[in-house]
Amino acid sequence: MTAAVFFGCAFIAFGPALALYIFTIATEPLRVIFLIIGKASEGLKSINPDETAPSMRLLAYVSGLGFGIMSGVFAFVNTLSDSLGPGTVGIHGDSPQFFLNSGAYPLIEKTRLNKTFMTLVIILLHVFWGIIFFDGCEKKKWSALLVVLLTHLLVSALTFISPHYGINLVSTYIIMVLMGIWAFFVAGGSCRSLKFCLLCQDKDFLLFNQRSR
Amino acid sequence: MLTFMASDSEEEVCDERTSLMSAESPPPRCCQEARQGLEDGENAAQWRSQDSEEDLDDADRYVCSGVPGQPLGLEEELTLKYGAKHVIMLFVPVTLCMIVVVATIKSVRFYTEKNGQLIYTPFTEDTPSVGQRLLNSVLNTLIMISVIVAMTIFLVVLYKYRCYKFIHGWLIMSSLMLLFLFTYIYLGEVLKTYNVAMDYPTLFLTVWNFGAVGMVCIHWKGPLVLQQAYLIMISALMALVFIKYLPEWSAWVILGAISVYDLVAVLCPKGPLRMLVETAQERNEPIFPALIYSSAMVWTVGMAKLDPSSQGALQLPYDPEMEEDSYDSFGEPSYPEVFEPPLPGSPEGELEEEEERGVKLGLGDFIFYSVLVGKAAATGSGDWNTTLACFVAILIGLCLTLLLLAVFKKALPALPISITFGLIFYFSTDNLVRPFMDTLASHQLYI
Repeated sequence: MTAAVFFGCAFIAFGPALALYIFTIATEPLRVIFLIIGKASEGLKSINPDETAPSMRLLAYVSGLGFGIMSGVFAFVNTLSDSLGPGTVGIHGDSPQFFLNSGAYPLIEKTRLNKTFMTLVIILLHVFWGIIFFDGCEKKKWSALLVVLLTHLLVSALTFISPHYGINLVSTYIIMVLMGIWAFFVAGGSCRSLKFCLLCQDKDFLLFNQRSR
Repeated sequence: MLTFMASDSEEEVCDERTSLMSAESPPPRCCQEARQGLEDGENAAQWRSQDSEEDLDDADRYVCSGVPGQPLGLEEELTLKYGAKHVIMLFVPVTLCMIVVVATIKSVRFYTEKNGQLIYTPFTEDTPSVGQRLLNSVLNTLIMISVIVAMTIFLVVLYKYRCYKFIHGWLIMSSLMLLFLFTYIYLGEVLKTYNVAMDYPTLFLTVWNFGAVGMVCIHWKGPLVLQQAYLIMISALMALVFIKYLPEWSAWVILGAISVYDLVAVLCPKGPLRMLVETAQERNEPIFPALIYSSAMVWTVGMAKLDPSSQGALQLPYDPEMEEDSYDSFGEPSYPEVFEPPLPGSPEGELEEEEERGVKLGLGDFIFYSVLVGKAAATGSGDWNTTLACFVAILIGLCLTLLLLAVFKKALPALPISITFGLIFYFSTDNLVRPFMDTLASHQLYI
């Protein structure tokens, strides 16, 4: 409809992913390659024999981000491009005014907003799922794998209750927060390190200072 | 085709290879050639540009590392980092070229309108039956490929008989056409699309400046970034011409056939490009830089001679006059390397002479990548999903090709893997994934 809508939705949906990319990946070319190749980076692992745990976590994070971005983009980009389009939803040349009055407009807006926020939460969820999943595979914690799978199915199933966007979004966000906390602890964080990070007392925990490969 | 630009520190090369395969010492034959190949210090590769008008070939120099038995840890790290950096150095221009092409296709309607065909593809696709259409597209492809093969062989013959002036004139003519005529048309169409009025004097001034600076940058000397930008722009312009004038099915068949031809021409012993490369190697000459994208930035520096950090973005001047005695080809590390002995690789020594090695990619590869993505954007009814899938496919292919380049250390065709992935992704996304995603999206379902 308008450029404002386009940019607004784009940044809501992809802003965190873009920020994650810029701050953690863009500076390290190897991570960019992992992002693009994704699963194929299993092969690249073999050329990095010295690295053990840190690079696995990095791999998990980057793979999760890659999957998340791809799924988010595929789900959302057509809506984005439509929002840049002519804005007349009536294909038979009805005036927009008519359409506004007909009451369908708010639904389109709600739909688009729902899509935006769903895309955002899906991207973040993929990142967290990636971390937890890789860790579960590595430590052979099958329960972790099962939970990841089940929550994935749960989130998808929640989207089936289609017009009730509110419940859908809120529950998905709650799941995302839970997954995020779990992934944080899986990746080696702790309450203490979180405190240090927030108070900027311990530079080692700031991600972009990590020189892991 | 993909080329590494040599670094002189061969043990890095050795480790790059060994780090990817296994920790073996390189065969002694490599060491011999390494000594010979020191003058230009260029890591061999051929690359080829696929222009519709001409084919270029590059000198092939084989560089192998000389010194085995290095501590593998740090050097592996460095070579992996360098290898990854090369990949990114090529991701960016390829992505930029594709973005320019896709943005133009999506906004300027001129390039998606059918306004006739090139003489290279005389058979029409406006036929009543599917079989006839398929036949016509195959015939178009055969004609196009034969034209390209003929041009390549002509170029090889010219090069073999040292008709450098002719080749140089040919290159200048074609860049003139790209930089002036195609730019003028492109600018006209963009202005029409956005309904911006521009008077003829302004237009003349703009096109003249753009074209003149482009000619200077590409064929003579100029800042590296500007030269890269111009090469990207002319690749995009050429790709747009192809997208506009190649009929639908012919374009896809041509893409497939070009990849096969690239594979054959670069790798077969009697392939024209390989012969060209070997000829250039015997004469120790670089080949025409006007149609190669090079990502190298700074010189290699001698051991503790110069501070690498002070080099910044020094541009090696390119001497276009192909005198046989003095060659200073663009972007290649030059003479300081000649006097450099192969290093025993202490880590400090390596870092000190840490040069920016670069990778070279032929402009034809840029063009055909962009043609694939542009065609996906123009005709794929799945809009952005298909385009993005093809884009990712090409990047994956490029990454794998660069990996192979690091492994084999010789010129490799850059088209086959990427185009194969691109074609697979295009057809599967357009026919399988798109209806699925459309249905999901219309019901707001997420999987």
